[in-house]
Amino acid sequence: MDSREPALARLIDRVAAARAGHAALDIRGGGTKVFYGEPPRGEPLDVTPLAGISCYEPTELVVTVRAGTPLCELEAALEAQGQCLPFEPPRFSERGTVGGMVAAGLSGPARASVGSVRDHVLGVTLLNGRGEVLTFGGQVAKNVAGYDVSRLMAGSLGILGVICEVSLKVLPISRAAATLSFERDEIEALEQLRLWASQPLPMNASAWHDGRLHVRLAGAAAAVSEACRKLGGTQLAPDAALHWWSSLRDQTESFFALDAADVSRGERLWRLSVAATAAPVKLPGRQLIEWHGAERWWRTSAEAREVRAAAALAGGHATLIRGDKSAAVFTPVSEALMRIHQGLKQAFDPKRVFNPGRLYAEL
Amino acid sequence: MNTPHQADVQLPSRERRQAEVVAALCEALPRSTVLFRHEDSTPYECDALTAYRISPMAVVLPETETQVAAALRICHRMGVPIIARGAGTGLSGGATPHHWGVILSLAKFNQILKIDADACTAVVQSGVRNLAISEAAAPFGLYYAPDPSSQIACSIGGNVAENSGGVHCLKYGLTLHNVLRVRGFMADGEPVEFGSQALDAAGLDLLSVVVGSEGMLAVITEVTVKLIPKPQLARCIMASFGDIESAGAAVASVIAHGIIPAGLELMDQAMTAAVEAFVHADYDLDAAAILLCESDGTAEEVAEEIARMEEVLNAAGASRIEVSCDEAQRLKFWSGRKNAFPASGSISPDYMCMDSTIPRRRLAEMLREIEGMQAKYGLRCVNVFHAGDGNLHPLILFDAAAPDEMRRCELFGADILETSVRLGGTVTGEHGVGLEKLNSMCVQFAPAERAQFLAVKHAFDPLETLNPGKVIPTLHRCAEYGKMHVHRGMLPFPGLPRF
Repeated sequence: MDSREPALARLIDRVAAARAGHAALDIRGGGTKVFYGEPPRGEPLDVTPLAGISCYEPTELVVTVRAGTPLCELEAALEAQGQCLPFEPPRFSERGTVGGMVAAGLSGPARASVGSVRDHVLGVTLLNGRGEVLTFGGQVAKNVAGYDVSRLMAGSLGILGVICEVSLKVLPISRAAATLSFERDEIEALEQLRLWASQPLPMNASAWHDGRLHVRLAGAAAAVSEACRKLGGTQLAPDAALHWWSSLRDQTESFFALDAADVSRGERLWRLSVAATAAPVKLPGRQLIEWHGAERWWRTSAEAREVRAAAALAGGHATLIRGDKSAAVFTPVSEALMRIHQGLKQAFDPKRVFNPGRLYAEL
Repeated sequence: MNTPHQADVQLPSRERRQAEVVAALCEALPRSTVLFRHEDSTPYECDALTAYRISPMAVVLPETETQVAAALRICHRMGVPIIARGAGTGLSGGATPHHWGVILSLAKFNQILKIDADACTAVVQSGVRNLAISEAAAPFGLYYAPDPSSQIACSIGGNVAENSGGVHCLKYGLTLHNVLRVRGFMADGEPVEFGSQALDAAGLDLLSVVVGSEGMLAVITEVTVKLIPKPQLARCIMASFGDIESAGAAVASVIAHGIIPAGLELMDQAMTAAVEAFVHADYDLDAAAILLCESDGTAEEVAEEIARMEEVLNAAGASRIEVSCDEAQRLKFWSGRKNAFPASGSISPDYMCMDSTIPRRRLAEMLREIEGMQAKYGLRCVNVFHAGDGNLHPLILFDAAAPDEMRRCELFGADILETSVRLGGTVTGEHGVGLEKLNSMCVQFAPAERAQFLAVKHAFDPLETLNPGKVIPTLHRCAEYGKMHVHRGMLPFPGLPRF
């Protein structure tokens, strides 16, 4: 990207001014994930003027796109060529941007089978806290020239710099898909998923909630139909299946919604990322399990301490998604890792201009 | 006889330094784990990039994590560079010793600690061989997907350091995509873990940066990898093409039809001739290019995919198509591709393997450029190509004993790398930068980007104890390279680090 380009030049000026004035900038795309992470601080820095698909060659399975481009616009362009972002990033509204998708690092139902946002980032152009426009990675899938700075941006919540442009690996849309539904309790469902995950089945997503296990199969038509026959269960109609997985992906399922009354009762929505084969997590409240057992959503009024302990016991960590955020949103990292985090913050954004405190208070 | 304490006479400074370092190491570690006599440390003078040899001051072969930490603490305190080494199969000099440094060999970390068939994971020490993981997982119907050609010998720790790929990474991803967690030590000996048993970890995704960092950010002692169910069946198509352009177009067409082959490899005619003489696999010697296109999965899946692949390849103008009818024939198809390097060794006294990646659509253009370079530098070049992911391995044939050939070979190589960057690619797809591609990093990255890499290094290793001088060229080096480059001048000892 050319730093003389007006939209980018304006961002560079804003960063210079913020640095000089010791001010903080709150990097904004569509603003659809303001709820996620610690509360934003600083003056909004609007990235949406950096918009548009820069390069898309379907046979390369790579798309290069400006950070402010609406995610729905990118997905429509891919779909027109029979391709997709296989990790199914959540769309909290039509305003969500590609930059926000990478910065938040959230992936949807297919993540356990196909990989995360991080796994599909191939390259990034970013504006660091010194006002430099830097490009890392590239537009090719295999690239080990230098440290993999581009993938570090996935899930960084903007604390290291402004993502200006990103290259992503894309994949063909599966030729066939089917969703099967089974009546199972939690223990049975986890056991079933464990068994299926270790077999060569085209399992693409799974979700357990309220005594029902849903499994989505995707791949070659022959493989999907063979797996349907083998697994049994009840097959959902295509519309119903699409609706169900979208409601998980975009968190529109009622399970994810907390109203004022829920919040006043002290209820919170947590995302526990744990070892897929971990025993059932014991907490009061209601649960929804995705990622073949590796992602366990909880609506609970349990103390943050208790939730974090349960996640640690299951080999993972817990993130506070919705509800009273007086507790820390993200699980603290070890002292050794925090020193690296601080070193990286210093390396990219020494004056702490970008999204201060959004990930951890120290950064 | 050399003993660590014989420093009472006036020794040249390196010998004195060596004596000090060896003494400190021997004090903290069992005597048997420290090698310092020249004849003992000679095998560690180079990795698979044998053109660069440096004698290390000492080699440490720790047997426990406590010993790794102790060696690191000593080197950190004394300001001694420390270079982690796995199996020494790296092709870019990532494990080349430092004249003032210590080699930390993880060869004794060779235990598979756990195969968890339920979770489809394996916990292994970093010195375990890549193939040994799949062998241990085989009884459970599982395997570890990334399969670099050296998989019989290379270690998982080295794979993590290089973010190694292999012929199946188009479908199954690189090392990063198949590693959940690594455990090891920071430069000062502090224990650390990146990643987790879960699919993500709290905070920044440090695992992404550590994987592929060529031993410059931390020393890895233990790796948790993902295992995947072994496909029931794999079949391979061998397709001939009359010209490189149509072979390149066929690759694009396969992808455009929504097919992600398990492997998609291309060999040019010169390479095919070399491997045919080596493995006798009945390759089509008249073809300008041969494509190997593999499908794996369930029997139904493979049948469906192979049929579609055949259709696409025929439509793309394949002059001959053969589909493997059994496992023996499939392996035969692959035997040439897998033996591309030794076969090249059999037709030339020496060869240099390049590793750039280009956008797939530029393949024909790239091969034409390489053809021109053969004339320009007066050397032959044979080509194998991970066509699925754009990773090109031109093998430049030369004779190191012939006057000037090594120099021309290096210029040829640099030309290929620069052309790859110009075509929108990168100087290294899977072999790493190490020492070998330091100059090329000057071409691919601007000064501010290289400074940012160095700042990342400092976030992990502020004193630059771990594998210093690799991957990130100094400003001075790039300035010098730029100058020489402009004048097309001869670069004396381009591989030597300039500290």
